[in-house]
Amino acid sequence: MKNLFYIAFIFLQLSLSPSFAQNLEVCASCEFTSITGAVEIAKDFDTILVKKGTYKEYNIGITKPITIIAEGNPVIDGENKGEIITIQADNVTIDGLHIINVGTSYTTDFAAVRVVKSENFLLQNLTLERLFFGIYLEKANNGKILNNTIIGDAVEEFSSGNGIQLWHCKNVEVRGNKVKKVRDGIYLEFSDEITISNNISSNNLRYGLHFMFSNHDTYVNNLFENNGAGVAVMFSKFIKMEGNTFRKNWGTASFGLLLKEINDSEIINNVFEENTVGINVEGSNRVNYFHNDFKNNGWALKVRGACYNNIFKENNFLYNSFDVSYNSRLNDNKFEGNYWSNYTGYDLNRNGIGDVPYRPVKLFSYIVNRTPETIILLRSLFIDIIDFSEKVSPIFTPDNLVDKNPMLKPIHHGTN
Amino acid sequence: MVQIEYLHKKFGTNHVLSGIDLEIEQGGIFAVLGPNGSGKTTLIKSILGMVIPDSGNIKISGEIVRNQWKYRNEINYLPQIANFPGNLKVKELINMIKDLRAGKKAEDQHLIELFRLAPFMNKKLSNLSGGTKQKVNLVLTFMFDSPLIILDEPTSGLDPISYLRLKELIKAEKVKEKTILITSHIMGFVEEIADEIVFLLEGKIYFKGSIRELKAKTEQPDFEHAIASILTTSDV
Amino acid sequence: MFKILKYSFFDLVRSRWSYVYFLFYLLLGIVLLFLNNDLSKAVITLMNVIIILVPLIGTIFGVMYYYNSREFTELLLAQPVKRSSIFLGQYFGVAFSLAMSLVIGLGLPFVFYGIFNSSAIWDFSLLLITGALLTFIFTALAFVIALANENKIKGFGYAILLWLFMAVIYDGLFLMSLIYFEDYPLDKFSLAATMLNPVDLSRVLILLKLDISALLGYTGAVFQKFFGTNLGLILSTGMLVLWVLIPTGIIYRMAKRKDF
Repeated sequence: MKNLFYIAFIFLQLSLSPSFAQNLEVCASCEFTSITGAVEIAKDFDTILVKKGTYKEYNIGITKPITIIAEGNPVIDGENKGEIITIQADNVTIDGLHIINVGTSYTTDFAAVRVVKSENFLLQNLTLERLFFGIYLEKANNGKILNNTIIGDAVEEFSSGNGIQLWHCKNVEVRGNKVKKVRDGIYLEFSDEITISNNISSNNLRYGLHFMFSNHDTYVNNLFENNGAGVAVMFSKFIKMEGNTFRKNWGTASFGLLLKEINDSEIINNVFEENTVGINVEGSNRVNYFHNDFKNNGWALKVRGACYNNIFKENNFLYNSFDVSYNSRLNDNKFEGNYWSNYTGYDLNRNGIGDVPYRPVKLFSYIVNRTPETIILLRSLFIDIIDFSEKVSPIFTPDNLVDKNPMLKPIHHGTN
Repeated sequence: MVQIEYLHKKFGTNHVLSGIDLEIEQGGIFAVLGPNGSGKTTLIKSILGMVIPDSGNIKISGEIVRNQWKYRNEINYLPQIANFPGNLKVKELINMIKDLRAGKKAEDQHLIELFRLAPFMNKKLSNLSGGTKQKVNLVLTFMFDSPLIILDEPTSGLDPISYLRLKELIKAEKVKEKTILITSHIMGFVEEIADEIVFLLEGKIYFKGSIRELKAKTEQPDFEHAIASILTTSDV
Repeated sequence: MFKILKYSFFDLVRSRWSYVYFLFYLLLGIVLLFLNNDLSKAVITLMNVIIILVPLIGTIFGVMYYYNSREFTELLLAQPVKRSSIFLGQYFGVAFSLAMSLVIGLGLPFVFYGIFNSSAIWDFSLLLITGALLTFIFTALAFVIALANENKIKGFGYAILLWLFMAVIYDGLFLMSLIYFEDYPLDKFSLAATMLNPVDLSRVLILLKLDISALLGYTGAVFQKFFGTNLGLILSTGMLVLWVLIPTGIIYRMAKRKDF
């Protein structure tokens, strides 16, 4: 139905155009030897074909609905002079360009491609290298960013930009992109109804994905790997996080996922693997954690500050150094029916549920919170003994923080 | 053969050997006697290097033995308590000692027949009686041809026949001009075979000489009384 | 020395205890793998076994062997064999047979389980290597204790005490001093304290594989360098080897002076 409508829409456009849309070719021996030149001449709904070659251009301003398509991997070399393409019109498509050497500035956020106050844009199959900011959306709505590859060379946070940045945007689809070695892989600020799916964000200096003040967003099936700190979702509501993988975010302030002031959200079917902290939660309420796998993390879950009404259900906690760490004695969250590989209880009635409740918070995690150096005693027999005595009669850990129905076998989440 | 000069050894505060000077010539049977705790075994172990003396020298064939080990190739030693690694079979033990003294000719077959050990060759040492163990012990001691033979209580636990065989063995070695050092509590045995007596008392050599000389010195008609008289006079 | 080693080794290989030890590990391996069917969990449980049980068995076995083989020793002392060879030979005989029981006993079930096709092979090899090193260390310490104590009961007592100290008490004191001095920079101290206890050392060596994500959560620069690079692995292994060499050296020296 949607497709039909779309086709009809294209026909309508074609028929309404005063003159039929033209193809403008750009190459060394073509009518146009620069993209800037072609863009200037192009009329609405024209298509510019950029052929193989290297184009030393920057500040290409697009102010009309046109399509730019690359053929044979042409390269636009900005020679570090500034921004490359700025879009200030609706219905612009840019496809397959290879853009390198975006200018770096401490005062202006130069981007490889910037979309300003526009709608219905499509940025796809772009390759962006040696850049400051990659794709920068400013108050842009209803667009798509698909299958782009962004490879930065960020070394310091203050002199690098973000791979894909959305600022005050609405209803944008970010799908199938690969972002590497920039400051934040994907950054959202004041952006709602954004769908981020099937992206790979890795080796970035700061966050693989960073949310600020953005609501009703969804990110699914992304891979976040080896980023400086992981993924940070802050001051946002109604976020759906599903089927993502958070891996190998190692370091002193690193985590797979940081939730800060996040309310009414869902974290389902994600995998947290080999992170220093799987999920770091601060001041988050009414968040559902269902069917996630926490595997080989330092801390699967670090809960700090006021967190109320969160539900942890049917997750697998596998071989984490610490399953859950709390910094207070209060608990208002519910742990129910999870699988804990550290569980040592039994199941006499053979219903698959352990007969003895599991206490995921160990005394040792408190000690480590207090004196971090004690981490070196992890898994020592002495520590096991004091953990055991705490388990028998909790003094430091929240008394009601138990999983009353721990599963005996890892939970199969089923495919989604 | 063996020269001991000014040998001292303390175990804690206990002066076991206090200045032993002793020269043992080549050839002949020497009995080291003395009451319990007089230092007989310590003296023997010092010669073997099992006890490290506090001071003094031990020379064997003119060589100082401290921290040496090759000289033990020239010594056959029969320890007092015949306890062996229990998991080994008799055969294995004999082969092991032969292996450790590779390069020396071993006459074990003859000895095994002499002490009728053949049926025990495949038994584990932990399953043998004390007497049989002692026989194995004797085989291990006499199977090599060495100029110096040291026997610590060789007669203990032996049945009369084996006892006779032992005496024959010792005499045969003597004929071969060997030097044989023996400690024993069986005075009859000592009297029968020893050429010379070394009597230790409180870590010193009280007497050294032949049995006849001992009898003359103590003015006693027989050997046992002579020994007894030393002990009683020294007590006073 | 190799002759003595050979005989001690064969003697031990034939003793009931080696079989018990071997069967214990075999059974443990089988139970862990085939009842649980979970390789990662098995490796973690194994680690606990290795850092606690291996030292205990090493000490007890070492002391026991020394006292039980006194007569054997005396027999050898009268033979033309170098003194140090006798003791080092016996020590290596015991340590080798224990280490072999461990490696083969645990190795077999894991091989049958298909460890070679698993990514856990490195963790597992590290476990076995650490276990073997711990066997050598604690057997050597046991020999030192036994050489220093004629009295069997005393020797056993000290050996158990040594184990208890290294496995539990040391960490208790360690933890208390860390908490007591928490206002001071402690990362150098805690690394040094780890180096001084072979049980902790082996534990840290295994942590480097199993819990690296947690270890990297700590801020100290020294920690970061230690755990974040190969430095930790190299230093820990080196220290463990040193922990084998030093007691072995002590055995050598004590053997030279001891009376029998």
